[in-house]
Amino acid sequence: MSLKKIMFYPGCTLKGVAKNLEDSTLATARELGYEFVELPDWTCCGAVYGLAQDSVKFTIANVRNLIKAQKYSEEIGDNRLVAVCSMCYNNLRRAHLDVMKNRDKLHTLNIFMDEEPDYRGEINVQHYLQFLKGYGFDRIAEKVKKPLKGLKVAPYYGCLLLRPEEVAIDDREDPHILEDLLEILGAEVVDYPLKNECCGSYHTVDKREFVAERTYKLVSIAREVDADVISTSCPLCFFNLDRRQEIAAVRHKGFKKMPILYFTQLMALAFGLNGNEVLHLEQHYVSPKEVLAPWL
Amino acid sequence: MFEYKILRLVKEMKYTIKKDPHQDERVQEIIEISGQNIFLCYQCGRCSSGCPMAEFMDVLPSQVFMFLQEGDVDTLLNAKTPWICAACFTCTVRCPVGLDLAAVMEAIRELQLRKNYDYIDPYKVEERNILPPIALVSNFRKFTP
Repeated sequence: MSLKKIMFYPGCTLKGVAKNLEDSTLATARELGYEFVELPDWTCCGAVYGLAQDSVKFTIANVRNLIKAQKYSEEIGDNRLVAVCSMCYNNLRRAHLDVMKNRDKLHTLNIFMDEEPDYRGEINVQHYLQFLKGYGFDRIAEKVKKPLKGLKVAPYYGCLLLRPEEVAIDDREDPHILEDLLEILGAEVVDYPLKNECCGSYHTVDKREFVAERTYKLVSIAREVDADVISTSCPLCFFNLDRRQEIAAVRHKGFKKMPILYFTQLMALAFGLNGNEVLHLEQHYVSPKEVLAPWL
Repeated sequence: MFEYKILRLVKEMKYTIKKDPHQDERVQEIIEISGQNIFLCYQCGRCSSGCPMAEFMDVLPSQVFMFLQEGDVDTLLNAKTPWICAACFTCTVRCPVGLDLAAVMEAIRELQLRKNYDYIDPYKVEERNILPPIALVSNFRKFTP
């Protein structure tokens, strides 16, 4: 069976500390019959979208990526650009919507980037979860070989999949797309009240303690609702929730660490892809090996 | 401790409007950079109640608007709040009058950053070998000119 080609925007973090996210995404997509082809010559998305109205500097890189995608989409005949990192998704989607709404801005950018063709707004930026929903969760169910029966998962969306409103992949206060997927995979999804709360984001660089406090709250509430693991899609949420448990454990006596997993890793496990070249479990600070033992 | 902080703030809060904020250059600059009409805020407090970083802030998000409406930009330029906001947009999506609070916080930061101010020194960042690139990129974008 030949695989259908889809444009994939990995983003910088997936090439390093989030190798586990990249490889599990590619492997699960392959299982569904898709070959995720890396967008040629992609550049950094900028991680945070510029909020100043009088500046276009944070939009340029994203529009440049979209132009590259536009060119490549003609070659493979599909205008979907899939990103799995929440920040990349948010940035690319916001840039697309921004320039579609503010044509003056697009005009300025098109003049500025005179060496490239104009952006015509043809790219459909999707998060991997949206892509999977489009593929059909019921069809994913057919691929499940080792259901995650008995694994209690707290779904964690973070901010950038749900906010601002125009880029939300689901209802911003009560999303359920991740829950739906996890249930299809056979996992027991717990009702996690903090699923759309911020993890502290980039403050992890210079205000570690604040992020550790957020992590403490997010993990201990997940523990309270009886979860075994927290599932996320953002490499920064992953880093904060995983790594900052180290400081949280020092600051709070009796704090019990909890493994953090990408939803793609859980998907790979349910598909029977449990090799370390897909999961890279050594990249986790809190080892999930014990909790995942039945599927490894 | 948090309650105490609010009480202290309320006690110290200045209710006299010194200068017409509509004429204040810096207030106008914040409005221009953020694209938000800060005078729409009617202090419902939804932003402050939902803010995940509020416990670390010295001025609550709703109070930021109060200071702006009073034309008291100095207090905001000396406050930690704009540098603690993580731009998670929880307040933005909940604001009943549709104000983008994250953009206003960014405008207050920009007011200082555009004068070539560095909030953090990239050379002094620790843990460079384990921090994900998106953490560094986003941090530097928000906190350096």
